[in-house]
Amino acid sequence: MARVLLNLPRSAAKGAVIEIRTLIMHPMESGFRPGMNGSILPRDIITRFRCSYNGEEVFRAELSPAIAANPFISFTTVATESGTLSFTWEGDNDFRQTETRDIAVT
Amino acid sequence: MRWLLLLLGMAAAQPRSGTQDMSRELQAMQADDSANPGMLWMQEGEALFQRREGLAGKACADCHASLAGVAARYPAWDPATAAPIDLAGRIQQCRAERQQAAPLPRESEPLLALTVFVARQSRGMALAPPADPRLAPARARGEALFRQRRGQLNLSCAQCHEERAGLRLGSALIPEGHANGYPQYRLEWQALGSLQRRLRNCMVGVRATAPAYGAAEYLELELFLAQRGAGLPVEAPAVRP
Amino acid sequence: MNRRPLLAGALLALTLRPAAATPEDEAAALRAFTGGAALREGRVALDIPPLVENGNTVPLKVTVQSPMTAADHCTAIALFNEKNPQPQVITARFGPRAGRAELATHMRLATSQKILAVAAMSDGSFWSTSAEVIVTLAACIES
Ligand code: HEC
Ligand code: HEC
Repeated sequence: MARVLLNLPRSAAKGAVIEIRTLIMHPMESGFRPGMNGSILPRDIITRFRCSYNGEEVFRAELSPAIAANPFISFTTVATESGTLSFTWEGDNDFRQTETRDIAVT
Repeated sequence: MRWLLLLLGMAAAQPRSGTQDMSRELQAMQADDSANPGMLWMQEGEALFQRREGLAGKACADCHASLAGVAARYPAWDPATAAPIDLAGRIQQCRAERQQAAPLPRESEPLLALTVFVARQSRGMALAPPADPRLAPARARGEALFRQRRGQLNLSCAQCHEERAGLRLGSALIPEGHANGYPQYRLEWQALGSLQRRLRNCMVGVRATAPAYGAAEYLELELFLAQRGAGLPVEAPAVRP
Repeated sequence: MNRRPLLAGALLALTLRPAAATPEDEAAALRAFTGGAALREGRVALDIPPLVENGNTVPLKVTVQSPMTAADHCTAIALFNEKNPQPQVITARFGPRAGRAELATHMRLATSQKILAVAAMSDGSFWSTSAEVIVTLAACIES
């Protein structure tokens, strides 16, 4: 499992716009870089990121090799109701990881 | 006027952290725990610190609560081996002897993670190298190494980091070369790395052969660098280009 | 160490250096996002350092002016570059539930170049801005 850092509030007022900041440990090997023996290292990147709020998708991104190693993605969402946010990263070599965070909305 | 000159003179005598030589954006990345990629290792280290390991069946956390302030006074004297030891070396030692677990090699991911977790607890505290007289000979050897020319380019550390600090090497700014931000997330590495890795880079940069990780030469340089940067705040995990 | 292997290494690195995307590649990538609609200047702000010490990790933020209501909102933000091997950087899709039309990330820049940020709106319009970034190189790299 790759290390993930998620920064978002645990609670928020109903209707507030909250900022979500994500970091995941991943080499994002571009597929354009020569390795030690001179041959190109095969591509190994995260290609998709998704965030759902109580099951409904609120944000999604397609990533390319131009995203830095250990990808950082930050975006916002409206705190609509208490529940669970889920974050999924998918990529080459069947990479797939999901993390969840609960939020209390008052 | 006299006062101003005096003040300027004093300012020049203070060591200057590499952070101050970076762009506003990289300074912001370093300061923001939610954007500094080094925090991924720090989180890993926090988890490892809690985990039971080895024949002793103990976690670091079973014996240590806070280690705040520790990183600021390393390298220190190790009575057991009668030699200087740096923070990573101390952690290796606790791992092998107190946890009785398989050794963690230098520059391995778990050792970097544990080291940054411990070092970060001293963030903001001033580097305070111990005055222990037993460290003096090794620190003096470190200074001699710092001033000794090396490599095909025949340059000493001091020629860049004292005489040319603030100037450019190609397009890169030459910093004063302080050790207050380690382990650090270097963008060039796209990963967290130790001070020894950084020193290797500078040695390879002048086309000198770099000794293997853990060599006495690094410890001696680390001791001198800590002295030279005394008073600078611990910034681990720093971000550097 | 003699110079020959060094030189050979440099030559090898040169020949293996990936080709940059062509202007046609970038135009095609842009077309795939806009469906050929015209780009209008404005409403998009791209905050990226003008001078970058290392192209491996360049922090940036895109902010789009939009009320973010059900009737009138930004639906996507895409970033393109001229001189990396591929023109795409990232495409983010969202809706009024985002509250604000903002995206921040860390990107790679193979060399100095222009970065283009494009926002798609719910009324079918596309807005854009661009920024020039100069990349300097780190010294004392590992080799
Ligand atoms: C069985 C108990 C035990 C375990 C487990 C243990 N340590 Fe220690 N550790 C000690 C003792 C005892 C010292 C010595 C204190 C001294 O020398 O003043 C010490 C010293 C240290 C120091 C130096 C402290 C200083 O003030 O100089 C560090 C850093 C440290 N340990 C980190 C760790 C880490 C990280 C782990 C887990 C990998 C760990 N220790 C596991 C008992 C333990
Ligand atoms: C040719 C000039 C040059 C020489 C010689 C050199 N360095 Fe450096 N050093 C640099 C540059 C330039 C950087 C900044 C990073 C970069 O862009 O490579 C740096 C970075 C550093 C840093 C990192 C500072 C920070 O803020 O993290 C340390 C520590 C350091 N050098 C120590 C040394 C030591 C010790 C030696 C001698 C063994 C040495 N350097 C020799 C040019 C040099």
